[in-house]
Amino acid sequence: MKIAVTSKGRNLDSKVDPRFGRAAYILIIDTDTLEFEVVDNAKNANSFKGAGIQAAASISEKNAEVLLTGFCGPNAFKTLDTANVKVVSDVAGIVRDAVKNFNKGDISFTDAANVEGHW
Amino acid sequence: MIISIASGKGGTGKTTVATNLAFSLGKNVQLMDCDVEEPNSHLFLNPEIKDKQAVIAPVPLIDEDKCTWCKKCMEICRFGAIAVVGKKVITFPDLCHSCGGCMAVCPEHAVSEGDRELGDIETGSIKENLFVQGRLNVGQVMSPPIIKKILTLARDGMVNIIDAPPGTSCPVIAAMKGADFVLLVTEPTPFGLHDLALAVETVKILKIPHGIVINRAGMGNDGVKEYAKKEGIPILMEIPFDKKIAQVYSRGELIVEKMPEYKDKFLDLFDHINRLIKDPGDKGAGFK
Ligand code: SF4
Ligand code: SF4
Repeated sequence: MKIAVTSKGRNLDSKVDPRFGRAAYILIIDTDTLEFEVVDNAKNANSFKGAGIQAAASISEKNAEVLLTGFCGPNAFKTLDTANVKVVSDVAGIVRDAVKNFNKGDISFTDAANVEGHW
Repeated sequence: MIISIASGKGGTGKTTVATNLAFSLGKNVQLMDCDVEEPNSHLFLNPEIKDKQAVIAPVPLIDEDKCTWCKKCMEICRFGAIAVVGKKVITFPDLCHSCGGCMAVCPEHAVSEGDRELGDIETGSIKENLFVQGRLNVGQVMSPPIIKKILTLARDGMVNIIDAPPGTSCPVIAAMKGADFVLLVTEPTPFGLHDLALAVETVKILKIPHGIVINRAGMGNDGVKEYAKKEGIPILMEIPFDKKIAQVYSRGELIVEKMPEYKDKFLDLFDHINRLIKDPGDKGAGFK
């Protein structure tokens, strides 16, 4: 299965970026092989508005089925929900560990945004 | 004539100046409250509201039967108000600025115009004078269309006084555009000066004659006066930092009603504005 993890750096030993729409990078990781693809999110991170929506659309395009991140706003959540991408929020620490925990099933899916949108 | 009363930030006394100026003139005046997030000049003027109209802006409606998920609408939207995910299109009406881009770009004509209510405009009167105010609906963020609509109600041959929204972004620019004069209300403090300087930049870009009113004069420092002198902007009036004025204001009353000696000062202010509109170089009595 492919999952998306917001990341401060370009590899599995980076820290999870708590922000979703304005994360530095998003890693699209194969949970079986740990192979991954780096999505540079700089364009979204600097966008004027709707960063979460754009980031949500781009991970759905990469066929990620789950997103691990810190905070997810209402608009991004609505987009992910429409795209059938499940969200695990309040994730912190190192990306590799977050994936490990995910594989162990040591997570819970979120069913609503956990942060207010900002204008 | 249109006089727009603005300030870089809220709470500097913009509404005090607008309402007292309107009341001092007494006739042939229309007060237009464009502070649509928090219109409060009605509290001081007690207008009789006679009519109310909704302000509507279009938002995209997607016909999923026609859509081919080409994403052109998503790519053109600067505001992230539309997203194509898989075989679905989602719209975010609250983020939409009604620019029409998505409708124009869709090759399948799958985007049509739906309606969204941004807020409303109320019109009425205060004795023989006119009153207009706009109000943004809760949860809406797009005030410029409401402000532009209010400005279309400015009457030729009347003195139209605009209570502009605070700040220096799009809503204020909407409330200054088309004005014959912009009166900038500030406080004589470093914060006041900082916001005043930003507001001055905006007025200069719009090339509108302008002047300053210092509210709560006597507190703070001389920074604002030094700035005005350096920039060559006339200080047209100073309203002192006075306990009695503060009390009058907090009771929702007009200074000119409770302290009639102020009426002449507001009339002088108006005269000076008139002279400056005719001749922006007029330094008049108020220039310090
Ligand atoms: S009308 Fe403009 S702002 Fe609104 S969704 Fe379409 S492109 Fe975006
Ligand atoms: S531009 Fe038109 S056809 Fe293309 S995704 Fe948007 S709505 Fe669908």
